[in-house]
Amino acid sequence: MRRTWWIYLIGVLGLIAVAAPFLWMVLGSFKTQGELLRVPPTWWPQDATTQNYGDLFSKANFPRYFVNSTVVALAVTAGNLVFCSMIGYALAKLRFKGRNALFVVVMATLMIPGMVTFVPLFVLVTNAGLANSYPGLILPFLVSPFGVFLMRQFFLGLPDDLIDAGRVDGTSELGIFARIMLPLTKPALATLGILTFLGSWNNFLWPLVIAQTEDKYTLPVALALYSTGQNAQNYGLLMAGAVVVVVPVLVMFLVFQRHVTKGIAITGLK
Amino acid sequence: MTVVTESETRAVRRSAPPGRPRRKVSREAVAAWTLALPFVVLFLAFTAGPVLGSLGMSFTDIKQRDLRTPFSVNGVGFGNYVKALGDETFRKAAFNTAYFVVIGVPLTLVVALAAAVLLDRGVKRFQALFKVGYYLPVVTSIVAIAVIWRFVLSPDNGLLNTVLGWVGIDGPNWLASKTWAMPSLIAMAVWRNFGSAMIIFLAGLQGIPDSVEEAGQIDGAGSWQRFRYLILPLLRPTVLFTSVTTGIGYLQFFEEPFVMTQGGPLDSTISVSMATYDQFGFGNYGLATSMAYILFVVIAVITFIQFRLLREK
Repeated sequence: MRRTWWIYLIGVLGLIAVAAPFLWMVLGSFKTQGELLRVPPTWWPQDATTQNYGDLFSKANFPRYFVNSTVVALAVTAGNLVFCSMIGYALAKLRFKGRNALFVVVMATLMIPGMVTFVPLFVLVTNAGLANSYPGLILPFLVSPFGVFLMRQFFLGLPDDLIDAGRVDGTSELGIFARIMLPLTKPALATLGILTFLGSWNNFLWPLVIAQTEDKYTLPVALALYSTGQNAQNYGLLMAGAVVVVVPVLVMFLVFQRHVTKGIAITGLK
Repeated sequence: MTVVTESETRAVRRSAPPGRPRRKVSREAVAAWTLALPFVVLFLAFTAGPVLGSLGMSFTDIKQRDLRTPFSVNGVGFGNYVKALGDETFRKAAFNTAYFVVIGVPLTLVVALAAAVLLDRGVKRFQALFKVGYYLPVVTSIVAIAVIWRFVLSPDNGLLNTVLGWVGIDGPNWLASKTWAMPSLIAMAVWRNFGSAMIIFLAGLQGIPDSVEEAGQIDGAGSWQRFRYLILPLLRPTVLFTSVTTGIGYLQFFEEPFVMTQGGPLDSTISVSMATYDQFGFGNYGLATSMAYILFVVIAVITFIQFRLLREK
């Protein structure tokens, strides 16, 4: 086909446009400060160094931020998986008074901007003495309307016969949920889990206002403060920091990309 | 009349046949509420409660210093709303947000649709690679993106101006220019976000049977005509969906100016969400929440209009 080569060319040019900044970041993290300031800029590091990554340990406490980000993201993910699958099942498969009202109220909050809840949430968490603590970082994100929507959608697609069979066998309602239905939702749980983990890992504004001492910083907060503070001129350190923030989730995304893109396609939400 | 003890009733209920709805429902309802309760508690505390709290605050003169003595707060009616709408910075922010949405949303959707068509029709062989590549920015932290893009947009040794220099263009100091700061942020937002709309378009395109295009081909329609008159109308629900979700997201435009320009230079990139955040920072909680509610009303109205416009016709 004569036409195909230039279509691929457009595709590749697009790929370069999207990926070039990433490549530059990774390559830049191995350059010396002098080389990063050179005009015109260099692509490949001339005298490659791992000094910048060493500085992340010595000058900045990045291992600590890494642990904080991981703890918060894992807790938030676990909460969403457990609580959203529970209510998602109830909303999809069980009949109870107030079911529709509950669903409508939860879905309505999907349209409410984050800024609306921001101030009262800050007041609440601060007054509860949870500022600068793991619970303060985690609690507001333990459940999400998006998670409810995703899980409910998935449960709706499962046949009711399984529930009836469980009832005939004398399995309790909660047993039917936990032992029969929940194991069937692994694809949905995987999607929700990855999307939630990514969202939490990249979450920035809330940790920025709640984490007040250095030992509670998450990676994005630390990187933001380093890129505006007295280290703002240490470009190598910033590049290496950005790599540490980005690369773990990129690897995770590449491994699970099928679930992520499927989840996005199903729900259209980030 | 027989006297039925509590335990006997329970025994009867347990063995009741499935045909008796009332008893079945009550057992189901207990289970349902047990499953829903943890969510409901957290949702009330951290979502619904703050939403109502915000609404309440927006009608008061609450400031940061009132937090320990909540009874010193006075109601001011719609005072904060009037003040917000009359505020110079807020109007500037509203204008900038509109600028961002009006240019940014169509641009994002066009790039996303073009990329989706490219993936669906053009680059079949390496589709997964291209898909993942285009999607990378969506899963990247905005702070890392800011670090990277500050280098891309840097005036003298930046990637963009270096490339422009090759073709003889002397690029401006993008983020420090009142004219170019906003287009720079829009470009960054499109780069960062088109991937998620692209995935939805891709799902939409793959849902259209090949026979539609084949029929067009037989009728002698060119590839652009087939796209314009056969594919695009069938994509209408998908376009509605992506324009609504992208619109909702872009109306809350916050992170790009927050990490790149702090709203400058001279408020030329301040957004409504940023103005809200600034008032929060100044401790003017009443004013901040009223601004957030104005944004919410605008989002609700625009979403409603989008639905009406794109659904009918």
